[in-house]
Amino acid sequence: MSAALAIRDLRVELGQGKRNRTEVVKGISLDLVPGRIQGLAGESGSGKSMTAMAILGLLPAGGTASGSIVLGGAGKAEVELVGMTGGAYRRVRGKRIGMVFQDPSASLHPQITVGSQLADGMRAHLGLSRADARTRAAELLALVRVPNPEEALQKYPHQFSGGQRQRIAIAIALACEPEVLLADEPTTALDVTVQAGILHLLRDLATERDLAVLLVTHDLGVMSAIADEVAVMRGGQIVESGSRQQVFQNPQHPYTRELLEAMPDAQDSLVDAPAESGPALGAPAPDADAADTEENR
Amino acid sequence: MNLVVPEKLAPRRRRFWLPRAWRTPLAVVGTVIALMWIVIAILAPWIAPHDPLAQDLPRLAAPSGEAIMGTDVNGRDVFSRLLLGAQATIPLALMLVVCAMIVGTVVGAVAGYLGGWFDEVLMRITDMVMAFPTVILAMVIAASLGPSIMNAVIAGIIVAWPPYARITRSLVLGLRTQNYVIAGRLLGSSPLRSLLRDVLPNIAGPVLVLASLDIGTAILLLSGLSFLGLGAQPPTPEWGTMIAAAMQNTSAWWLGLFPGLAILSIVMAFNFIGDSLRDALDPLAAREREAEAPTAVSAAAATGEVAA
Amino acid sequence: MSAQKPVLHVDSLVVEYGGRAAFRAVDGVSFDIAAGEVLALVGESGCGKSSTARAVIGMEKPRSGEVLYRDRPVQPLGMRTRPAELTAIQMVFQDPNSSLNPRIRVAQQIAEGSRAARARGVDTEAPSHWLKAVGLSPTLENRYPYQLSGGQRQRVAIARALAAKPDLIVADEPISALDASAQASVAGMMRELCVASGAAMLFISHDLSVVRLMADRVAVMYRGRIVESGATPVVWANPVHPYTEALLDAIPHPDGEGVLPAAPASEAPSSWRTDIPEALDRVR
Repeated sequence: MSAALAIRDLRVELGQGKRNRTEVVKGISLDLVPGRIQGLAGESGSGKSMTAMAILGLLPAGGTASGSIVLGGAGKAEVELVGMTGGAYRRVRGKRIGMVFQDPSASLHPQITVGSQLADGMRAHLGLSRADARTRAAELLALVRVPNPEEALQKYPHQFSGGQRQRIAIAIALACEPEVLLADEPTTALDVTVQAGILHLLRDLATERDLAVLLVTHDLGVMSAIADEVAVMRGGQIVESGSRQQVFQNPQHPYTRELLEAMPDAQDSLVDAPAESGPALGAPAPDADAADTEENR
Repeated sequence: MNLVVPEKLAPRRRRFWLPRAWRTPLAVVGTVIALMWIVIAILAPWIAPHDPLAQDLPRLAAPSGEAIMGTDVNGRDVFSRLLLGAQATIPLALMLVVCAMIVGTVVGAVAGYLGGWFDEVLMRITDMVMAFPTVILAMVIAASLGPSIMNAVIAGIIVAWPPYARITRSLVLGLRTQNYVIAGRLLGSSPLRSLLRDVLPNIAGPVLVLASLDIGTAILLLSGLSFLGLGAQPPTPEWGTMIAAAMQNTSAWWLGLFPGLAILSIVMAFNFIGDSLRDALDPLAAREREAEAPTAVSAAAATGEVAA
Repeated sequence: MSAQKPVLHVDSLVVEYGGRAAFRAVDGVSFDIAAGEVLALVGESGCGKSSTARAVIGMEKPRSGEVLYRDRPVQPLGMRTRPAELTAIQMVFQDPNSSLNPRIRVAQQIAEGSRAARARGVDTEAPSHWLKAVGLSPTLENRYPYQLSGGQRQRVAIARALAAKPDLIVADEPISALDASAQASVAGMMRELCVASGAAMLFISHDLSVVRLMADRVAVMYRGRIVESGATPVVWANPVHPYTEALLDAIPHPDGEGVLPAAPASEAPSSWRTDIPEALDRVR
């Protein structure tokens, strides 16, 4: 099946002006396939969020992307996203690529009703009439399992819980029937019981609507729950990629193994250990930034 | 494990905002002018060509080689009086601002940190003083204390301290709940020690910005009060009184122009400095600087990565 | 568990916010912690665990109920200086960025902790010792906080708390701002340091997986009440209260199997609000 979004040798540089530039993404390649969830895992500083921003054309001032990001799968118009102008990007974002971010409060305007926020995008991108947009908005809220969709249209974001706000954000992302959905830490700010519901929703939406999803998260539990393929990023590069089962159960790269071993699930409880009676301190947990101190000695 | 952590990319904090304030040309210009006037204020008695009080020159003479800024109605050299005027006004203006800053900061810090009843009473007093138009209140106080330059300074301090109290209180309120302040209290710091060690040093920035912008206002206030006869008294050379005298001899353009320009230049100079300091502290601008900051640090971190 | 008196005794604690329309954040919470024991308080946002922590150290004045440290009431942190004996209660906060004074070097801040210990007549070690104890290089001691990463700052905050030789450490989500790969190890380190020094620790977290690794006992909070409590292995293996079950079932496991965690039927099912006495103080 051809890729809905094909990334080839993407590089992202940050910095203002011509000097002092840093490369934060160092040549990565990835495919997003309709109906499948591609996970992009990594810790802070790995470049995974910058990759998502590059796809969306939302790099910070002074940031540049090079390489190729081709949007368009079977039967869809092909567009090269790298190097696209701001105006052209606005036509693509929302219409062909939907996005969901970590903080639903940041994605939703506090003073506009939920119904209007849903309808605005549809009327702009799809040219729907007000009545049609409203009907569709209610359908979208039902799709993301927000209770009482008709009433919800009239409400403001603050009248919903965090989990419901994220569902609304997902509905807005899907309003114009995009081919690709980009979710950057979509459940990180949510309680675990609420997160479970959103994960179900994302999984169902991807399958039912043939969405190509890029799921960016540091949470390996979330990754394991819904990703089909997983790529692990570190220092701007993909160090390992494969199917979810391969990466989790048979990791090849030492970094992937380190990440998995650091998970609480992989460790034995300290509580079962017999009571220590010796001198004060055993070997303390090493400082993850020790390399930084080494080079400063 | 060797992970690159972007928390190291946090913006360089207040240690570096001072040098950054001098990156704009306006700030440099302002500093040069202000320094020039401060030097003049210190060295005035030695660099003035004539005795500012001596009335031995031709009266109301236009600028010439003898008196480059002309002479006044009593035959005194305007240029010398201008230089000595700096000595009259600038140190007092600085003292005014420092005293207002101290009074206002103490009031605001106590109100903000202790809260409750202290806060209510102190802030209502602050509001009451701020309710009066500053110049009018200063005039009333100076007039009732008796016209003299020191009384003008006292009047100035009384009208100038409330904004410091307001800003200090709001900054202290914000910082009071910071975890490190609470940690200090848990370790047995008294409220006073906590205020002095944890809170005040971290609010110095905005307060100093306010002070630097205030210096210009202080100079204007003192000159203004002197102009009205409520500040410096004759024969003391002072820019405000010189301008007042100029009003009586409008054909002698040199009498008012030079003191006016002097006031203009020094007030603008301190305003430029204050503006630059404020911009350097501005958190929005700080976010743009953050985008620059990653460069130096993550380059180092990246090499650390490769070495690992 | 020893038969000695508990270091911390909390009885029917009630904390409310707001004036007339008061919101009851903590609705009658009771627990004890013994020396050398780690009690974890877990729950989701809004359950009252942070409010409980703040009441324990005296940041919030309780509406009613008692907080006793070694049989002595903990006075609120108002205008009075905290008496030396109570500096044996220390806190580690969630946000590493506001836990350290930006203008003071690391070593001096840790030394503040040492100063508090000595004021109590307790011996303590130099800052470099504590830096090593939390896994940092002693060369960091002359740095300012802005020169450290978030993880390093949090470790410094822990070092400062430990330097005061506390009997009771209250840790409010101390690891949630750290990288996922560091969380388990830092939590484990905190447990080891605590147990070794004989201190008691109240460890607040929303992350049950980490708590399983390092807490002797766990108390699950929901809407201001403890709904289940007991020895950690027991609660983990065999939850009784519907909320605890839902909480455990909702945790996704990084095993690569693609198993979706169970989602509760609605956001706040009524079954979660029931009180089940048998769910409390479980030992088996």
